[in-house]
Amino acid sequence: MLIKVQVNGEWREVDAWPGSSLLSVLREELGLPGSKNACEQGECGSCSVWLDGELVCSCLVLAAQAHRREVRTVESLSTSERLHPVQEAFVRAGAVQCGFCTPGLVVAVTDLLGRDPSPDELTVREALSGNLCRCTGYAKILDAVDLASWWKREGIW
Amino acid sequence: MEVLLPRTLEEALEMRAENPGAVPITGGTDLMVGINFGAIRPELMIDLSRLTDLAAWRLEDGLLFVGAGMTYARIIRELPQMRALAQASRSVGSPQIRNRGTLGGNLGTASPAGDSLPVLAVHDAEIALIAAGGRERWVPWDEFLVGVKRTSLRADELILGARWRPLGGPESFSKVGTRNAMVIAVASLCFALDPQTRTARVALGSVAPTVIRSPEAEALLVEAMEHAGAWDDPSAPLPREAVEGFAERVAASARPIDDIRGSAAYRRRAVSVLARRALSWASEERAEEAMAS
Repeated sequence: MLIKVQVNGEWREVDAWPGSSLLSVLREELGLPGSKNACEQGECGSCSVWLDGELVCSCLVLAAQAHRREVRTVESLSTSERLHPVQEAFVRAGAVQCGFCTPGLVVAVTDLLGRDPSPDELTVREALSGNLCRCTGYAKILDAVDLASWWKREGIW
Repeated sequence: MEVLLPRTLEEALEMRAENPGAVPITGGTDLMVGINFGAIRPELMIDLSRLTDLAAWRLEDGLLFVGAGMTYARIIRELPQMRALAQASRSVGSPQIRNRGTLGGNLGTASPAGDSLPVLAVHDAEIALIAAGGRERWVPWDEFLVGVKRTSLRADELILGARWRPLGGPESFSKVGTRNAMVIAVASLCFALDPQTRTARVALGSVAPTVIRSPEAEALLVEAMEHAGAWDDPSAPLPREAVEGFAERVAASARPIDDIRGSAAYRRRAVSVLARRALSWASEERAEEAMAS
């Protein structure tokens, strides 16, 4: 079916199988492989994107449900010259190991800090409870959130 | 496979009437797993996620109505005073899941593990169903949830929402799983004390083909509280045997099975522990309120 969706500010049209998830359309049809495909059941958060401004697992959104809606992916965060401050914080804090979970976590952290620039640790843990990382043990991810949160409070972003 | 995208409830009902086999989808947090894994291939789906009519709640004549399209995230944000409902909603999946999953989804899927369902059971909720032409009917929760993933929803109907009278006393929802987030309940329990009507209510999830109430445990507790004078004096302690008896009767009313998430014996034990905890939280809350006033 023909699906028209605004992705990262640009209207795109795809002719997709009606049972496709938003994730597969982003990755396979629209050339946006930043959102990762891992569990396909909403457990890992690696495919996190914004749908009409809300954080969702794109694997659990039927692509047709995004028709005439706005999607923002991790690709919207950085430019070719500059990483997004949350991405920069992940690099500086050493919060990236294999990197597979990183795009989903970056999106989830950006979502959290957009709503709450200085969350306490429990708030951070709850906000990131839908994102699995099997490398870091999370400690450095929490450090990255602290750093990005500090930059946000300092008005750097 | 085809997906219909109605913009209004009327359109959706017409589509449903014309295509009785069509599968409604809103948050997709359950259905999409089946589709992604090839376990289900509905020929036709109707996307209800654009129907703003369903994504609303209201308090009217002392009754709370929660629309089927209300997400758990919105319930947590907008209905925090409905404590058990908010607690149950907060225990659903993860933030991403709570932004998409809806009350109507829990009802339509009718899994015995649906987190909001014990809350509806405790409040004797009625489920509103609607068919084309606006024909509405209200069905008590236990006539709506009739088996494992089975409801009395007719092929031409959609779920509008659920309504119930909020209770004034202590209430809680708790669940047991392998971790805090992203967990399907191994056992869950909703408990409420209503000092005004002198009733106790307890509902269990994941321990029977549907969510169930435990009238035997409720009756025992009401009588024990009467006996201890606890309805009149919130700080009057309940005898230990009454607390144990309540927990035992809760466990006895469970009809759990062994499955991948837990054994029947573990589930029976888990609901009795949850029952004791919920009762102690409620007793503490009443005692604290009495001290404060």
